[in-house]
Amino acid sequence: MDINKDLVAASATPLVLAILSEGDSYGYAILKRVSELSGGQLQWTDGMLYPVLHRLERQGSIKGKWGTSETGRKRKYYHLTSPGRAQLAEQRQHWQMVDSALRNIWRTLSLPAPSALSPRPFHG
Amino acid sequence: MAEPAKELGSSESLEEQVEQWRSYLRRRSAIRPVDVEELEDHLRGEVSTLRTAGLSENEAFLVAVKRMGALDAISNEFAREHSERLWKQLVMSPAGTVRTGADQQTETIIVLVLAALAALAVKIPSLFGLQWGRDMALSRNASLFVLPILTGYFVWKRGLSRGIWMRLALGFGGAFVFANVYRFEAGSDTEALTVLHLPIALWLLVGVAYTGGRWGESAGRMDFVRFSGELFIYYALIALGGGVLVGFTVGMFQAIGIDAQPLVQNWLVPCGMAGAVIVGSWLVEAKQSVIENMAPVLTRIFTPLFAFTLLAFLGTMLWTGHGIDIERNALIAFDLLLVLVLGLLLYSISARDPETRPSALDLLLVLLLVSALIADAFALAAIAARISEFGFTPNRVAALGENVILLVNLGWSTVLYLRFLSGRGSFTGLERWQTTYLPAYALWAAVVVIGFPPLFRFH
Repeated sequence: MDINKDLVAASATPLVLAILSEGDSYGYAILKRVSELSGGQLQWTDGMLYPVLHRLERQGSIKGKWGTSETGRKRKYYHLTSPGRAQLAEQRQHWQMVDSALRNIWRTLSLPAPSALSPRPFHG
Repeated sequence: MAEPAKELGSSESLEEQVEQWRSYLRRRSAIRPVDVEELEDHLRGEVSTLRTAGLSENEAFLVAVKRMGALDAISNEFAREHSERLWKQLVMSPAGTVRTGADQQTETIIVLVLAALAALAVKIPSLFGLQWGRDMALSRNASLFVLPILTGYFVWKRGLSRGIWMRLALGFGGAFVFANVYRFEAGSDTEALTVLHLPIALWLLVGVAYTGGRWGESAGRMDFVRFSGELFIYYALIALGGGVLVGFTVGMFQAIGIDAQPLVQNWLVPCGMAGAVIVGSWLVEAKQSVIENMAPVLTRIFTPLFAFTLLAFLGTMLWTGHGIDIERNALIAFDLLLVLVLGLLLYSISARDPETRPSALDLLLVLLLVSALIADAFALAAIAARISEFGFTPNRVAALGENVILLVNLGWSTVLYLRFLSGRGSFTGLERWQTTYLPAYALWAAVVVIGFPPLFRFH
């Protein structure tokens, strides 16, 4: 699905932090997890993940470390730091706020729609 | 028989293709070699997943590259992310505004006009028989000849709102009042202190204009700190070239029997010094990438040199038992030394790749910081001793204030830097400390300019 670029960018931080809170991981695996979580709906442009990771690293939310992959290649693993955990909690709160506001408005929007569509019993 | 041969050929071509793709990436200056390695690991992961799904190597490579995204867009993202560390902020920050040739031409013209204006402004007093270097009234107002024009340049460039530039004008007006309202005794210390401190206080106003309404943001202030350091380097370079020009001018005219000395002394040097502030500021903005490559190199050269000089100084002082002489000039030298050490710290951190492990250079920097702190502690002790013995004088109190302000800044910066090195802190933390601390300098300078003269009875 083609999702608005700004929305993708905004949701990238909480997603990456949350995925890393499950355990240390690396770029490709993080992307796979994102796609898995969204049932394949949320597709990031792969290259765009890395600037996000590097920004979070600079801010001190995550920490990168070079290791080796199972095939012996160099691979950079990321680890969630304790400031990162705090940031994740904060982000979670913010997104829940947005989510609940949206849920409420969807509910009020969806009410008149079915009633308008459903055939009314005719009296008289 | 043909089958395995073909298989071999295509696997070679995958390596070749990856190599080609890598060299494309490496050409983008925003993507560093370590980034390329990380992206390559990603590409290979994608290729092997696609291969398991049944695609041929060629197909898998094409799909993986496509999923990676357009290289232009990626390298833009990388540049944006690395901008702060690599001092590219200034180039990147007007994101989306593509500058046309006409825009640049207008700016060049405006800069040249403003530089000429500054150059002429310093000559106005001589119409009234005042002379630079002889009349203290001129020295007190020196910064008011150039800094308002520089501020004006940024007001124009950043398109500042009326509200902000009115307040800036008010600030300069206030500075003019305090520089001229007091009746100083001839040759008084408080007057000399005003000469030294007014530019420091006014530099804050330049900063407000420079950041263009982003003064409240840490990143905006950090840009201004960088700008100040880079302007210093550019100004030093221009001064060096100016010195060569002066030498040639005098020498060549001497060869034809004409003394160019008065012309050089009265026009070329003062006008050049004023105009160079404007031109230098513009160059910092326009030729950012030049200085960006130079600053880290300079840092690398001078960090060890200053560290050894300071160590030698401390060693000699302890060995010979000579105390620090607290003449005004010696104190100024100490304050400048601390500012310089602070600058070296900021430059080397922001040019540093957080990936790399602490190296010998980092150790040298720590050595430099610690020895600067110790040297400053000695200077502070000397000032305090002098004050308790002979009482307060404006020079001692001003120097004491500056030393304490710098010591606090440098001390906490050292702690943050050690945390950064040991991986327990981030550069952003150090940056935030630096930028929130910034107004303290201007505030103290303003106190010296406004409060000291009446406090010490204009002596």
